[in-house]
Amino acid sequence: MTDEPLLRVSALSKFYGSRVGCEDVTFDLWPGEVLAVVGESGSGKTTLLNCLSTRLLPSSGTASYRMRDRQFRELYRMSEAERRFLMRTDWGFVHQNPADGLRMTVSAGANVGERLMAVGDRHYGKIRATAVDWLSRVEIDEDRIDDEPRAFSGGMRQRLQIARNLVTGPRLVFMDEPTGGLDVSVQARLLDLLRGLVTDLGLAAIVVTHDLAVARLLSQRMMVMKDGRVVESGLTDRVLDDPRAPYTQLLVSSILQV
Amino acid sequence: MATPLVVSDVAKSFTMHLRDGIKLPVVASVSFAIRAGECAVLGGPSGAGKSSILKMLYGNYAADEGQIIVQHEGGLIDLATASPRTVLAVRRLTIGYVSQFLRTVPRVSALDVVAEPLVERGEEREVARGKARALLAQLNLPEKLWALPPATFSGGEQQRVNIARGFITEHPILLLDEPTASLDVRNRDVVIALIAAKKAAGVALLGIFHDHDVREAVADRVIDVTAFAAGKIAA
Repeated sequence: MTDEPLLRVSALSKFYGSRVGCEDVTFDLWPGEVLAVVGESGSGKTTLLNCLSTRLLPSSGTASYRMRDRQFRELYRMSEAERRFLMRTDWGFVHQNPADGLRMTVSAGANVGERLMAVGDRHYGKIRATAVDWLSRVEIDEDRIDDEPRAFSGGMRQRLQIARNLVTGPRLVFMDEPTGGLDVSVQARLLDLLRGLVTDLGLAAIVVTHDLAVARLLSQRMMVMKDGRVVESGLTDRVLDDPRAPYTQLLVSSILQV
Repeated sequence: MATPLVVSDVAKSFTMHLRDGIKLPVVASVSFAIRAGECAVLGGPSGAGKSSILKMLYGNYAADEGQIIVQHEGGLIDLATASPRTVLAVRRLTIGYVSQFLRTVPRVSALDVVAEPLVERGEEREVARGKARALLAQLNLPEKLWALPPATFSGGEQQRVNIARGFITEHPILLLDEPTASLDVRNRDVVIALIAAKKAAGVALLGIFHDHDVREAVADRVIDVTAFAAGKIAA
């Protein structure tokens, strides 16, 4: 276990005019840890995710990331080019809608290979072999490698997006409702896949979801958000089995039992 | 003698915000210690708070007050105030837990469900699987089930997977929440033997057993939970 966090977030706030996106969010994330951010639509969880992944700049607060040279760098003081480099190499971002994270008109193999080329890989045979390997890890048959994601089902597209993100060996992956919009059986397969990959690769991840079952299955820690603020945080099973904040109790009691 | 778990003045209540904030006291002034190599049993009627106590010791429920001191990695940790990350480390290395029900994960085989805690502690997957096979065989789980996810197993079969998962590691503290509830006599006797082996290995065990015969067979002493009834002043 490392004794230093990978990401340190302090008093992060984002306002849209006078409206609160997220307010005063503070937490540390350690290597290999999966943090779920839950709450209903409009609770600020996606705003938070976008600030952390530097797709949005916060109004105030800081976030420091421990680079591969072990030095902490303040994310919002980096240049745009540095942030983009981080995003292409050390980070991944899995969008709810795979079309936002994939290039729909190039082949599946190219979607995976492109990220490798972005980090400097130039050997075609090696790139293709790595792409084949990653497609099989996300359970896509090798003979689909030259097909465009447009021809894939929703579940396959999402698995392809995950392969595209993980191929560069990132240390931190952001996920925005990764199983949203999928059939339940497809969801279960994807969750199991994600769970295995996160464990095997020792990834840290921040997963935004409104689905508490997804949070329970994927995460060790959880933050519950309401109206832009974190109302409760802690071990995932503690928050779900012994919810203390009124809003968390409402969320947990609203789960449909099967 | 080593005392890896000391509980002092722990209290727990539930505040039901959806019910006008009424407060349900569960237990108060919970104090006891468990020594290495002994099996203590939490006794008392249903609703006395036995499961709540076990869950606090595992960090699954938050304690309102008091201390839960655990010997962890050569130091002492207060689980009642520990950070989530510390609780996770304590679970991985120090405190094992056999729950009443198995929370199944889609598509993971029974064998891997059992092997997982060892893999998390850094054991080679194949070595862990070997130990898992031995335990599942000892618990008489038919070999044809080992490669299947336990979601569709019967209650007794799931319980045995759960027990194997809890007993596979060498955690110095083991919490048992009715591990024999849905087992037949033959498998109950296997669990009694497993507990005896843990005691011999110096593990501190704390359990809930409603089955009188099992309790007689494994308990070194009974901790009467009614003494910790919330609102009652502990002597």
